[in-house]
Amino acid sequence: MRHARIERWSLQTSSIHGYHPVARILAAATLLVTIATLGPGSSSACALYFVLLAGTAIAARLPVSEVLLGATVVLPFAACFAALSALSGEPERAAMLLARSYLSALTALLLIATTPLPALFAALETLRMPRLLLLVMQFLYRYFIVLAAEAAAMRDAVRSRGGGSRSIDFRQAAGAAGVLFARSFARSEAIHRSMLSRGFAGHIPTSESRLFTSHDGAFLLLAAGVAIIIRMNFA
Amino acid sequence: MNPIVSVRGLRYTWDDGTEALRGIDFDLAEGQCIALLGPNGSGKTTFALHLNGILKGSGTVVIDGLPVEERNLREIRQRVGLVFQDSDNQLFMPTVLEDVAFGLLTSGMDREQAETRAREALAETGMLHKENRAPWHLSAGEKKRTAIAGILAMTPKLLVLDEPTTFLDPPGQRELVQLLARLPQARIIITHDVQFARLLTQEAAFFQDGVIAARGHVDDIAAHFGW
Repeated sequence: MRHARIERWSLQTSSIHGYHPVARILAAATLLVTIATLGPGSSSACALYFVLLAGTAIAARLPVSEVLLGATVVLPFAACFAALSALSGEPERAAMLLARSYLSALTALLLIATTPLPALFAALETLRMPRLLLLVMQFLYRYFIVLAAEAAAMRDAVRSRGGGSRSIDFRQAAGAAGVLFARSFARSEAIHRSMLSRGFAGHIPTSESRLFTSHDGAFLLLAAGVAIIIRMNFA
Repeated sequence: MNPIVSVRGLRYTWDDGTEALRGIDFDLAEGQCIALLGPNGSGKTTFALHLNGILKGSGTVVIDGLPVEERNLREIRQRVGLVFQDSDNQLFMPTVLEDVAFGLLTSGMDREQAETRAREALAETGMLHKENRAPWHLSAGEKKRTAIAGILAMTPKLLVLDEPTTFLDPPGQRELVQLLARLPQARIIITHDVQFARLLTQEAAFFQDGVIAARGHVDDIAAHFGW
């Protein structure tokens, strides 16, 4: 499963993994902003960002081809909107939309592939991310896997009882979605009870962050600086 | 022996009008172990959820001398450790260690102390070697042992286990029996498995239609109700 692989990558050791998670988050945020603001005709900037991100993947000792391929997961969604731009006579804007989406996904993937989840949550808390949002993220990640397993079990049950594996029966799909929603609701109630039983009062404790050193600061300045220079000079 | 649980006239009705508990009287002494038997929907889990104030019905529930009321809930939830049937509902933190330390941290313990205590509890349940694993990578038996570690870390005076053998294979069940048998706390074990109950206690209460229909020796109860 992809999430297990990403989790394994995040536990590796490398110079990139060694920087403070706050530095990595801020560097990624800077990259995302500079990429998001690229206009049409910024192909050289896109190429440079790609080289920068691929270089980061190499420095982090990640399987580069898997990472580069993994980020393409956003392309089908982006392609829908790109198609609209292309059809309205703006092929360059469409290509840029695809490039920006891919580079943003690659940035996000690199961040989570180099930061174990507990460290990521702790860093987001340090950065004063709203507590409610943090809670939602933690639970989304934790229970997405459980719900995906439940959905897979339901799909197997449908197949084993002769349900269509090829044709899409919307009545079946709608029924399954309804059952999955009801199960999710029941599970959320059970989880809440279990949390209350263990003294939950609105705050999930996150791991303690280590100190932010000058070394981390230098990494942040360098990464953000390069991202801004590319944006200012090549876009 | 001092009573750790004292329940009088407990009644509870679900929002849809179903009467889940219809006047429960129940006592348990410190260190005592009892199995709660009975058919599905007879009120066993609903009763358990009253012991730490998750549900609030009419009647009185007193835990270790403290009435289960809003002002005592924090203290009561430290004294009553509830192990849920589905461990996936109980293990919500990203790693095993963090999950076991959760209750300690929410009770205000500092992180270093909490992690030391969590590691002790993991060692007690034989799960210390998995402390950095994500809960979703564990087997059903490991999840159950981790869930129990999360409760033991809080050093509760009463353990309530809801269908603890669910999802466990026979070796997993045997390991669980060994683990539970050596715990000194008072224990309430909700189960359908008479054999499992027999290995841990001689006493059982039989729930039926929201009341305790009988209480006595496990074998007598099983024979009487054809369980």
